Amino acid sequence: MLKIKNLHASVAGQQILKGINLEIKAGEVHAIMGPNGSGKSTLASVLAGREEYEVTEGEVEFLGKNILDLSPEDRAREGLFLAFQYPVEIPGVSSNNFLRTALNQIRQYKGLEPMDAVHFLKRMKEKMSLVEIDQKLINRSLNEGFSGGEKKRNEIFQMAMLEPKLAILDETDSGLDIDALRIVANGVNKLKSKDNATIVVTHYQRLLDYIVPDFVHVLYKGRIVKSGDKSLAMELEDKGYDWIKVDVDGVVS
Amino acid sequence: MSKDNQILEELTSSEYKYGFETLIENDSAPKGINEDIIRFISAKKEEPEWMLELRLKAYRHWITLEEPTWPNVHYPKINFQDIIYYSAPKPRKELQSLDEVDPELLETFKKLGISLEEQKRLSGVAVDAVIDSVSVKTTFKKTLGELGIIFCSFSEAVREHPDLIKKYLGSVVPMTDNYYATLNSAVFTDGSFCYIPKGVRCPMELSTYFRINASGTGQFERTLIVADEGSYVSYLEGCTAPQRDENQLHAAVVEIYTETNAEVKYSTVQNWYPGSKEGKGGIYNFVTKRGLCKGNNSKISWTQVETGSAITWKYPSCILKGDNSVGEFYSVAVTNNYQQADTGSKMIHLGKNTNSTIISKGISAGKSQNSYRGLVKIHKRAENARNFSQCDSLLMGDKCGAHTFPYIEIDNSSAKVEHEATTSKIGEDQIFYCNQRGIDTENAVALIVNGYAKEVLNKLPMEFAVEAQKLLALTLEGSVG
Repeated sequence: MLKIKNLHASVAGQQILKGINLEIKAGEVHAIMGPNGSGKSTLASVLAGREEYEVTEGEVEFLGKNILDLSPEDRAREGLFLAFQYPVEIPGVSSNNFLRTALNQIRQYKGLEPMDAVHFLKRMKEKMSLVEIDQKLINRSLNEGFSGGEKKRNEIFQMAMLEPKLAILDETDSGLDIDALRIVANGVNKLKSKDNATIVVTHYQRLLDYIVPDFVHVLYKGRIVKSGDKSLAMELEDKGYDWIKVDVDGVVS
Repeated sequence: MSKDNQILEELTSSEYKYGFETLIENDSAPKGINEDIIRFISAKKEEPEWMLELRLKAYRHWITLEEPTWPNVHYPKINFQDIIYYSAPKPRKELQSLDEVDPELLETFKKLGISLEEQKRLSGVAVDAVIDSVSVKTTFKKTLGELGIIFCSFSEAVREHPDLIKKYLGSVVPMTDNYYATLNSAVFTDGSFCYIPKGVRCPMELSTYFRINASGTGQFERTLIVADEGSYVSYLEGCTAPQRDENQLHAAVVEIYTETNAEVKYSTVQNWYPGSKEGKGGIYNFVTKRGLCKGNNSKISWTQVETGSAITWKYPSCILKGDNSVGEFYSVAVTNNYQQADTGSKMIHLGKNTNSTIISKGISAGKSQNSYRGLVKIHKRAENARNFSQCDSLLMGDKCGAHTFPYIEIDNSSAKVEHEATTSKIGEDQIFYCNQRGIDTENAVALIVNGYAKEVLNKLPMEFAVEAQKLLALTLEGSVG
């Protein structure tokens, strides 16, 4: 589904990603872990097509297409979804209006008719109960005055509504208490299928107790320095990141 | 054919040609302004002597005035002798089908979601008999007539309802009020008059749309709305369609007068030609709009969506004279490219327990300048007056400007006056967030801007609101990214 080859990227002239290689197949869950500043969020932003990030080398193929040439909205329409670390507030715009615009632009891209109000509201109801989100939250302006937890839950709700092929969760666990974490993780698990894939970007192992990854990759200084299964995450939880730093820095220098 | 006949034919046709031209010349005044021109206008309108006297009085006062320079707008000095002050409405070329209409205009109609029949009406295509605007007008006039509501062109009102005009004209905006209002009083060519009798609630939105002679109203429009005791009317001004009027100067006056327990809601969508992207041309829109809450418990509410004109200069205001009277001002003003707007409201509290609200949402894009200018004045006898003002500015890009000039004058210590102001920028973060959900930048800007202006748009009548929303998006098209 996603093939990243030798990806280099910089922001404001500073090289952050220095050769990422990663392949993700349908049905898989990959966790990307690493210490602060290792490039985790940069990777997420580059995949989504954020303008400030410049790809200097490498390729990214998504569902057989080179997505580096696509605009952010076309990447989204192809089925790539980013759950933001800091979801943005849009005053005066309801979730309803926002999602309807998004959904219909995606449908238009695929050559489908816009979804009528009846079907749209039906889907809203269905997905709201799936990810356990309150109608009251949906009625309010998008993310405006939401608590950290509410914002993250709303991200998962949007993901449910848009049914992406590949979801990238960027530090979705940050700022969540244990109950919110469980609800968010439950939502993600329910949306999982053999046809879609998930990348979980996180600093801590605790989210991976709830969203169990098939693969764990450790990102450090812009490269994936270690890959493994869930046990790698456990090891990191026990030992921290220092042993990896020593490992890599030892080799590099 | 004999040679004589041929010559004869040439002669007659050329004579006809000249005759025709003379006819046209008779229908518009020569350039410039003087007492003769004003007499000419008055005669053209077949006005009674008293109306002419009023006009002349206004003119004689106007020539003693200086053009105001305090607004935060910049433009070359206007040559008032270079303007034609009277021109009869040009007969529009009747088109047979929409195929003959400028495709660009049709594209804009489509984006605004204007119905096909409406498109035909606006672009001057003959409309078939069933929905003929005449029959619409007839049924409309009948309903209003049964209720005693008067709704007609200003010229007609001067002839048919002189007592009402004499009583109310200039009662809210005195002839000597300001430079442009005085000019308007001297040379106004037409406009609307509306009178709602005691206790009548007007059952429909009154709109210039339905008015006879709606098309071709001059650049000096005069509107007078009088709501008698306990009556109510909602009045819509303007058209959201992109009619390109090339007149440079528009100096309209709108007066609203409410008696005890009466309420007037006045909504405007202004979309005059804003000038080219390079800032050439465009309308100077210098308008005086004021309402007088004369009676106790009366209410006047202004809602405006301003997206057009090269320069906008207007302050719809309320004089709250009656006790417990209420004044409201809801505004969205958008400027793009080189547009300049200096707009806001004045709330003058004279009566006890008077209450006013100002919600102003400015949006600046391109290289435009957008100023809010407002005055809240609490008179010393206005016990327990209350005002709430909120002035927000939204900036798009870094070459535009937003300015706020709030004036507050309080002479009564029981007053409660609140002022809130915010300035924000459409963030790249917001746009990227929308992009990431599959929404392109154009639609993202439309969503964000409409969200920002929602409080005001919600005050517009339903059909108007939908078009205004689309208009906002259209005005800002291409201003980001």
